[in-house]
Amino acid sequence: MRGAATDRPFLAAMASLAFMYVLLILLMLAADAWYGFTAVTGGQLMEIFAEKSVRSSIILTLFSCTVTAILSIIIAVPTGYLLSRYNFPGKLLIDAILDIPIVLPPLVVGLSLLLLFNNFPPGSTSIETLLNKVGIKVTYNVAGVILAQFSVACAFSVRTMRNTFDQISPRTEQVAQTLGCSRAGAFFSVVIPESWRGISAAGTLAWTRAMGEFGPILVFAGAIPRKTEVLSSTVYLEIATGSLEKAVIVSLMMVTIAIVVLVAVRVWDRGNKLGLYYD
Amino acid sequence: MIEVDSLTVRAGDFRIEDVSFEIPTGAYGVLMGKTGCGKTTILEAICGLKHVESGKIILMGEEATTKAAGDRGIGFVPQDGSLFLTKTVRDHFAFGPKVKGWDSERIDERIEELAKSLSVEHLLDRKPHGLSGGERQRVALGRALAFRPKILCLDEPLSALDEDTHGEMIDLIKALVTEEGITALHITHSRREAELIADFQFRIEDGELMAL
Repeated sequence: MRGAATDRPFLAAMASLAFMYVLLILLMLAADAWYGFTAVTGGQLMEIFAEKSVRSSIILTLFSCTVTAILSIIIAVPTGYLLSRYNFPGKLLIDAILDIPIVLPPLVVGLSLLLLFNNFPPGSTSIETLLNKVGIKVTYNVAGVILAQFSVACAFSVRTMRNTFDQISPRTEQVAQTLGCSRAGAFFSVVIPESWRGISAAGTLAWTRAMGEFGPILVFAGAIPRKTEVLSSTVYLEIATGSLEKAVIVSLMMVTIAIVVLVAVRVWDRGNKLGLYYD
Repeated sequence: MIEVDSLTVRAGDFRIEDVSFEIPTGAYGVLMGKTGCGKTTILEAICGLKHVESGKIILMGEEATTKAAGDRGIGFVPQDGSLFLTKTVRDHFAFGPKVKGWDSERIDERIEELAKSLSVEHLLDRKPHGLSGGERQRVALGRALAFRPKILCLDEPLSALDEDTHGEMIDLIKALVTEEGITALHITHSRREAELIADFQFRIEDGELMAL
């Protein structure tokens, strides 16, 4: 009994601290919902959904976030694997470089992309000009939205995949190799199935992170209605023009989309035989 | 036959030099030594999982020093079993034969045969989660033996087992190895285990390998 009695204050302190953060999140959402339900009239709601620019911004958000998540996984899986399994000269430096998009202010990421595509290399034809010649437009275009989202979101996916591979023993791959697999064969038949939950977490993180991205998109792709405006820029534009009601409705829409995506991924993950470790 | 001739292997900052020994075909060799003395490094080099700096590894009369791990015909049983978490016991037994291109009928026959020998028929559709230590090692052993290797390498396969299971597993390993005509190299730090199972015993002390 003594043990249980002395554990109680410790657990209570831990739970209180955790609860405070959960409460902060719930109160923020409640404030949005309360404002949305009390200050926004049905007419305003219909007006927002009828706006072509809002509908287009919903579609672009869903599309760009999905492409960003797929691209992030394609890059994060090999990068995380190499960092987890191999030692090579300059590994520490590369590891640090991969964290730069996480620590840089988002606006700086956008500015860096803008300069890279339009003012680099100095004194010669810019990358954007070269791409334009083959019919590809990036700056202030949809590709720019995706690139801005990807530049930040992929760094989070790389971290997730590295942690995932760190937790999978390299021994299983070695066993597969002694059984006749090449390194690639062992990777695809043993490592990938075991890292499925990590891949799904990395994809979800990239998706949701991309949806929340705003700074780099605004600087590199702008917020051109029906072209490069995504939901996060819609919120910004509505606040900037003093339309708090519209901003709140779009924010609630983003919260709903994020929750739907998170729940859908978890349900899919649970039903996916590939990711199940248990009977 | 497993023949190791003047082998030098480096693993990080650790280096084991000029090791030589020989286990005749069909015999059971046990390599002993304290933790960190380089037993596992030697075993991994034989399995093709560690780069050899110098010396030779000859397996069943053929030089295998630079052969890929999968071309050496070695069944490998790691210390903790290292089972594939997402695969069933049946998938474990089928893994090697599938990679080697066996037809499905032959694979099914082999799975049934192994499941019977290892007494794991009731576990064939289970995944590793929830299996006992003894069951996990049986599965790891079955996975290593499934493609009928000529050589079996076992890295402290019994270290995590309780005394009763330990005795059962020794009998089982010895019986299977004899039945399938396999040459085995088994690593342990237990003298008692070595005495129970070995035809040939070796010990590494202060970087020197000696036959006992």
